[in-house]
Amino acid sequence: MKQRTEIMGYARGDFVNFLVLMALGFAVIPMLVSSGYWYSSILIPWLCLALAAVGQQIVMGYAGQLALGAAGFMAAGAFACFNLILRVPDIPFFAALGLSGLVAAAFGVLFGLPSLRVRGIYLMVATLASQFFIIWMIDKFGWFKNYDTSGIITAQDIVIFGRTFSSPLEMYLIVLVVTTVLTVLAVNMARGATGRNWMAVRDMDIAAESMGISLLRTKLQAFAISAFYCGVAGALFAFTYLKSMEPVAFDIKLSFDILFMVILGGLGTISGAFIGAAFILLFPVVLNTLGNQLFHGMIDATIISSIELVVFGVLIILFMIYEPLGMAKLWENLKQKVRSKPAAAQEKLAEP
Amino acid sequence: MTEVLFFFEVVLAGLLAGTMYSLVALGFVLIYKASSTFNFAQGAMVFFAVLSFVGFMELGLSFTVAFIVTIMLMVLVGYSTQKLVIQPLMNQSEDTVLMATIGLGFVLEGLAQAVWGVEVRRLDLGIGDFPIQWVVDSTGLFISALDLTAGLVAGVLILVLALLFRYTKMGLGLRAVADDPGAASSIGIPLSNIMLLVWSAAGVVALVAGMLWGARAGVQFALVDLALKALPVLIIGGFSSIPGAIVGGLIIGSTEKVLEVYIGPYFGGGIEVWAPFVLAIMFLLWRPEGLFGEKIIRRV
Repeated sequence: MKQRTEIMGYARGDFVNFLVLMALGFAVIPMLVSSGYWYSSILIPWLCLALAAVGQQIVMGYAGQLALGAAGFMAAGAFACFNLILRVPDIPFFAALGLSGLVAAAFGVLFGLPSLRVRGIYLMVATLASQFFIIWMIDKFGWFKNYDTSGIITAQDIVIFGRTFSSPLEMYLIVLVVTTVLTVLAVNMARGATGRNWMAVRDMDIAAESMGISLLRTKLQAFAISAFYCGVAGALFAFTYLKSMEPVAFDIKLSFDILFMVILGGLGTISGAFIGAAFILLFPVVLNTLGNQLFHGMIDATIISSIELVVFGVLIILFMIYEPLGMAKLWENLKQKVRSKPAAAQEKLAEP
Repeated sequence: MTEVLFFFEVVLAGLLAGTMYSLVALGFVLIYKASSTFNFAQGAMVFFAVLSFVGFMELGLSFTVAFIVTIMLMVLVGYSTQKLVIQPLMNQSEDTVLMATIGLGFVLEGLAQAVWGVEVRRLDLGIGDFPIQWVVDSTGLFISALDLTAGLVAGVLILVLALLFRYTKMGLGLRAVADDPGAASSIGIPLSNIMLLVWSAAGVVALVAGMLWGARAGVQFALVDLALKALPVLIIGGFSSIPGAIVGGLIIGSTEKVLEVYIGPYFGGGIEVWAPFVLAIMFLLWRPEGLFGEKIIRRV
């Protein structure tokens, strides 16, 4: 048995993983990747969507509340950020970002209220209301879009300490910093008392309550924090990836996408949110390239996107049947297998 | 006087539109009743069924033949779903099954579009979507012939299903399975036959709903989103009640129209999109089991 070394309360392996990832994200990628395409079409949306998926993970994977409306909170965050920068003179970008998260969190609490009485599919319907309501509200009241007649508004430049951040690499670094900080926070919450309360409520709410955990506080807290993450992710998504904002960009389809990132990535793991986001984002690209390579454009793009739907659906069903804990668990299993190989071989030898 | 008449007209239009929601909700209820499974794919089944029906007609099949072939196809879909998705998830939590049916929905949507294409089709049932003249003359009310047909079809379908559950051996078996699957199968009720029947019935109901909707709005992907409207209907009516699906549909349909016409203009309209869901939330807080649902009893 190997001695478990701990650094500041974390297993050494985790600490090393974290440092490697940070070095990779902040140093290796900017050195290796020079094309703007990789930043603006893959890395930036991946980090933004992964952050939203972390939010979905908190409410669904940790607190066990079946919610479907992440895109609504993202829209709330995006348009809150737009309006804050527009209407509050000289507001620092990160302050605007944080406040946008708080605006989304307020919506999260409001639409999380039904979770105190219902769960499962009932709650899903209640959270769908938030999705439809927020999008409708932004669409119908001109104020949110600064009375722009075209309905599509352009996100302002990101200005930090008087310097405008506009190149793909700069945008990537901003997104990476925010994602890192919030992810570290999420991991700590999930490991700490907060996360244990969530999981207690998820696994057996009545028992949790009888042990003195307040269901009201815990559930609403999960909804608020989840919506905060989605709100910040939405603002980043709009300012660094979409650049032009319209409510339609945050429709129910995006909410489903984020739900699938969490389901396929693995419920109840932060890394699952990142794995799932990468998969959902890259899979269509891979399928399209593959389709073009194999059939040389003979197959219509609409058919490929239909096939994409089918494959997604089949994957979800297969994961539900064979590995409800998703890709993060598959990865764990694989590591376990590699590690225990020598031991298994020895056991075999020992058998007569 | 005309204002009163106008109000009735709005309510009536809402009631008739509500029967369309009821038809989709009915498909949910059938499956929920038999297996306590929430089939999120019902909306996709509506789309899949009617798109296949139109597709078969385009291939040159007559109306009747296309109808029969589509029903056979839906039975096949129901059978495969039962065997490949629901059975393997027999002992999993409700949420897991629910998520699997979301996956099923994607499979059906994708398959339908991959086979039949993505363009919007027209479906002509030979029933006009315009006011019936003699009703306008005699009462002054504008009622669409299509709405009226939809209402009648929904009524007949409910009646048949209700009688089936009440008076046939199969229906009795189904209710036994709904109460306690283990006990039912131990006294020799063929569980898989019952489930197959239920999934097929849900498929047929989906086809009928899709045909009526398709005749109004065209056969297109938007039908899937429209089917989401069945969710508030279920919350109000109760997940396991056939009459509940009807009453819920009528309530949602009429309230939605009245709110849109009388309150919507103050907010720039379009509140139909979320009003049913908010209505459902308010209802949930007051009576979570729905109007006709069984009381939810949770034990530790």
